[in-house]
Amino acid sequence: MKLQSAGQIALVVAACAYLLSVYLMSSPVWIGFTINALIVAIIALSWNITGGFGGMSSFGHAALYGTGAYASAILQVQFGVNAWIAFGFGIIAGAAMGGFIGALAFRYGLKGSYFALVTLAFAEVLRICASSFAITGGGSGLQLRLDPGVGTLQFPDRTVFYTILLVVVALVMLLTLLIKKSRFGAYLVAIRENEDAARALGIDTYKIKVQAMVISGAFGGLAGALYLQLFLFIDSTVVYGSAVSIEALIGPIIGGAGTVWGPLIGTLGLHLLSEGAKHLLPNAPGLNFVLYAIVLICAVRLLPRGLMGLAALFGTFNSRKDDDHA
Amino acid sequence: MLEVRNLSKSFGGLQAVSDVSLDVPEGSIVGLLGPNGAGKTTCFTMIAGFTKPNAGSVTFEGKDITGLPPHQICARGMIRTFQIVQPFAGLTVQENIAVGAYLHHHERQEAMALARDVGKRLGMGNMLDRPASSLTIAGRKRLELARALATGAKLLLLDEVMAGLIPSEINEIVGIIRQIREEGHTFLMIEHVMQAVMSLAETAYVLNQGKLIAHGPPRDLVKDASVVEAYLGHGAAARLQDEHHA
Repeated sequence: MKLQSAGQIALVVAACAYLLSVYLMSSPVWIGFTINALIVAIIALSWNITGGFGGMSSFGHAALYGTGAYASAILQVQFGVNAWIAFGFGIIAGAAMGGFIGALAFRYGLKGSYFALVTLAFAEVLRICASSFAITGGGSGLQLRLDPGVGTLQFPDRTVFYTILLVVVALVMLLTLLIKKSRFGAYLVAIRENEDAARALGIDTYKIKVQAMVISGAFGGLAGALYLQLFLFIDSTVVYGSAVSIEALIGPIIGGAGTVWGPLIGTLGLHLLSEGAKHLLPNAPGLNFVLYAIVLICAVRLLPRGLMGLAALFGTFNSRKDDDHA
Repeated sequence: MLEVRNLSKSFGGLQAVSDVSLDVPEGSIVGLLGPNGAGKTTCFTMIAGFTKPNAGSVTFEGKDITGLPPHQICARGMIRTFQIVQPFAGLTVQENIAVGAYLHHHERQEAMALARDVGKRLGMGNMLDRPASSLTIAGRKRLELARALATGAKLLLLDEVMAGLIPSEINEIVGIIRQIREEGHTFLMIEHVMQAVMSLAETAYVLNQGKLIAHGPPRDLVKDASVVEAYLGHGAAARLQDEHHA
């Protein structure tokens, strides 16, 4: 990937510098906070595949996240399956859920706000189901037995978990980059820009859109399964709640949807902002959502291409390569 | 190359296309004419697979393709363009063309190279890096052509590529279409610009109210009484005859 301008490079360098500085600060508060932000960044990267590249704005990515977390938790708690295998199944379950929702929604040609509403409905139905059945632990959720070790994928040392997350985020971003540079990525963008023209040019738009949902679902399931390994506890509100869906879409939109770095940068920026607000006004719980709303409105109104789009305006290189866009 | 037999389509009570049959021989340029609302674009959407006909068949290179989805028809080598141009606005010209090129070239480098090549052939060499949204109407029409060509299509269905262009731009597009035909492509084109139809098409079909009313060389069609009446109203042919003799 070539970044388009000095502004974008500055943004990327700042994000990397922050992520590395967490090692130096060795403060449990900061590391815990950044770990949260990174898990959200993965679900944001998941949303970015369908919403950013494909223009299919889901409002229910919690359905993928929660399915990954629950699949892994059920296998480990109810069936005593090895954590690694359960973790893998979490990813597969997320992908399957993504494929299922996509196949159903796109079969009936749902687009735009209708697609958003259907995904929201799926997440809500799953949330209610998860809080009702015995296998999902009902209202009290599922708790993994504390058993630290590599074999159980439990790492009480926050620094270790943080490093794992950094690697996972890097891998997901690498996959995003590969998708962006591939025929599949070009087809997704074509569908976003003009679906009729895409069909005329020989693109099986239904297949491409469902495939995008499967990939997005795998990333979403991965984020949920990671969340489970971090907190060892999930319940329906935490993993299927609409807060997850909102966080999944707000990061990419603010950072720059359809870019490789946008979802990470947007998520980190937002989390820093809301954390700062918490410290300044400690007696206003829920303030971060008010802040999210304000930032989202401003971003949609003023930054249609997000922070990456804004940064692209600063210090543009003269020798812009035509076939490489960050 | 393309045989359309007894194609019919109705939307509710409106018979948009009824019993249309036409042939497009390989290497030819065939026109599809008719006044507004005659059903020309509906014919195109059925031939290209965007809507399913109520009756009739479409045969392309000897194989029945009636009712196949557009991407399968495109993979066989037939593609349509749109009357209202549909660029991928957020992409550059080259990336736009590359989307077409990806059909048979799965690697990015190959697709981008082919896109550059096709763009240059259509005189868009200096616009390749520009966003498609910055193109003029003439540029967008060319882009439609370029994207369609990049898919490797043998038969191109052009829906009013000349509409909205000034005469000098029309001349350029006419030249481009001739050049593409000489490279071995076949065209079926909906066109209102008679100057273009006359200079390009060997034969043309005229549709009115969903029915074929005439077909033959364009030069003969403009003198055909039923064609004149379809465009200018009932009795127009007789009045023109009278004036001519007066």
